Amino acid sequence: MTTHELTAAERTRAAGPCMTCVAVSLLLVAAVLASFAYLRVDFGAMFSAESMRLMGKFIAEFAQPDLSAPFVAKAAWATLQTLAVSALGTLLAVAAGGALAMPASGRFGMALRLAARALLNFLRSVPELVWAALMVLAVGLGPFAGALALALHTTGVLGRLYAETLENVPPDPERALVDAGSGPLTAFVYGSLPLVVAQGVAYALYRWEMNIRMAAVLGFVGAGGLGQMLYFHLSIFQQAQAATVLLAMLVLVFIVDLLSSRLRRGLAPVYA
Amino acid sequence: MSSTVASRLDRDPQARARATGLLIAAVVLWPMLVLAEFRPAALFEAGNLQVMKGFLSSFMPPSTSIEFLGLLLQATLQTLAIATAGIALSFLIAVPLALAVTHSLSVSRIGPGRGRWRGEGVRVVVRMLLALLRAIPEVVWALVFVRALGLGPGAGVLALAITYGGMLGKVYAEILESGDTRPARALLEAGSGRLAALFYGLVPGAAQELASYTVYRWECAVRASVVMGFVGAGGLGQLMDQSMKMLNGGEASTILLMFLVLVMLADLLSAALRRLLA
Repeated sequence: MTTHELTAAERTRAAGPCMTCVAVSLLLVAAVLASFAYLRVDFGAMFSAESMRLMGKFIAEFAQPDLSAPFVAKAAWATLQTLAVSALGTLLAVAAGGALAMPASGRFGMALRLAARALLNFLRSVPELVWAALMVLAVGLGPFAGALALALHTTGVLGRLYAETLENVPPDPERALVDAGSGPLTAFVYGSLPLVVAQGVAYALYRWEMNIRMAAVLGFVGAGGLGQMLYFHLSIFQQAQAATVLLAMLVLVFIVDLLSSRLRRGLAPVYA
Repeated sequence: MSSTVASRLDRDPQARARATGLLIAAVVLWPMLVLAEFRPAALFEAGNLQVMKGFLSSFMPPSTSIEFLGLLLQATLQTLAIATAGIALSFLIAVPLALAVTHSLSVSRIGPGRGRWRGEGVRVVVRMLLALLRAIPEVVWALVFVRALGLGPGAGVLALAITYGGMLGKVYAEILESGDTRPARALLEAGSGRLAALFYGLVPGAAQELASYTVYRWECAVRASVVMGFVGAGGLGQLMDQSMKMLNGGEASTILLMFLVLVMLADLLSAALRRLLA
């Protein structure tokens, strides 16, 4: 490192506060204050004695979840449905994402690559819940709409990840097979696919984990599973039943978290 | 015939394993398809097709009436305000909790004093509290708050504050722990307080990462506040929900375009802020 004598001006500048930082901090504080002012949320009324009492009553009703056997069975059924929706959505997305990743990785020319990438970007930037609201119109209320919504969004995510994986795969094995006279499909299946399968499975599992959490929520717009149950019971002010559904969601999320961290620790050396 | 099959099987030593795997997959897959009510034919039923065709054809052209654009602008500002206010509140929740769980700021850990186990206990409890705060997705909190407090952005702000408070608290603690913790330890051993050790020992090394993670979370909060609108927590989402329920495709497509633009802008702004911090 080269050292050089600081001039007096540089010394004072270094000692003083950085003007950009001050300006940015002031702007941020102003943005936060402006947000609260714009929303005009009456936090005073929200935390007044009266609404605190109401809130307390509301929470107290949650404290006694409905644990009768028939209702627990219903919640368990909805949990299974949530799992099925997330798995089906992820599977459909693996298929569609894999198919779109082929043109998106530039195998069929630049024009198709750009078109496929634009489609993937669009699919990815619309949130699952918005897709679900649309799919409820397309196939009617029910879990299938949720599975389709998850599939559409996840296709965008997985398609891009798969395309990038395919672009990074070394081309030599496939070229060797082509040079030895095999067809393009055989060359791909035996030359490149084995190199990307493990990575692809890891990505799919990771998205499945996120989709389980998402599938529990999609029911709010009528796409089945735990979410639809929660929405229904909260709408008719059955807090005890809603509390059971919330508990089921919590248990599901905790189990998925636990399993995925276990699995990831087990798989880490393979996929690192 | 059978001899050709046999010779095929001989050629692929994995054939038996593959066939078994396929069979197991089918057995697992079947109940799943039933549970998820997998009916691709529903996509092509006459009634559904008609609804979808009418709705999608009304997407073009997007609605551009002055009245609606005014509403749209208000909703967009509201979405941004919900995200910003929510992040500000979650910051207030996260900082004290992160301070409590950060191992390297523990005074009792250093000395052989009696407070050690009590300190460990408090950290475990706060860690569990953080996990609980972020375990329930923000949309669920929003739905519950809408039922408890009524429709409007207040529910969205509180929902964001709770979930993101839990996330930020956990990540702040992790960032503080992952850096060089020796300066903080030296300060604590020399007798300085926890806050002084935080500001002079840990924050200088981690400030950039802390700030950039907060900005990234703000970007996520913008997206989340749109989604929360669907359960009635104000902003663009609520407007889109209304347009979709009325099957007004023109409005829905304008809102969708606005949403895409907003997400892109939030992306750019957050990238610019992070570059500034670097």
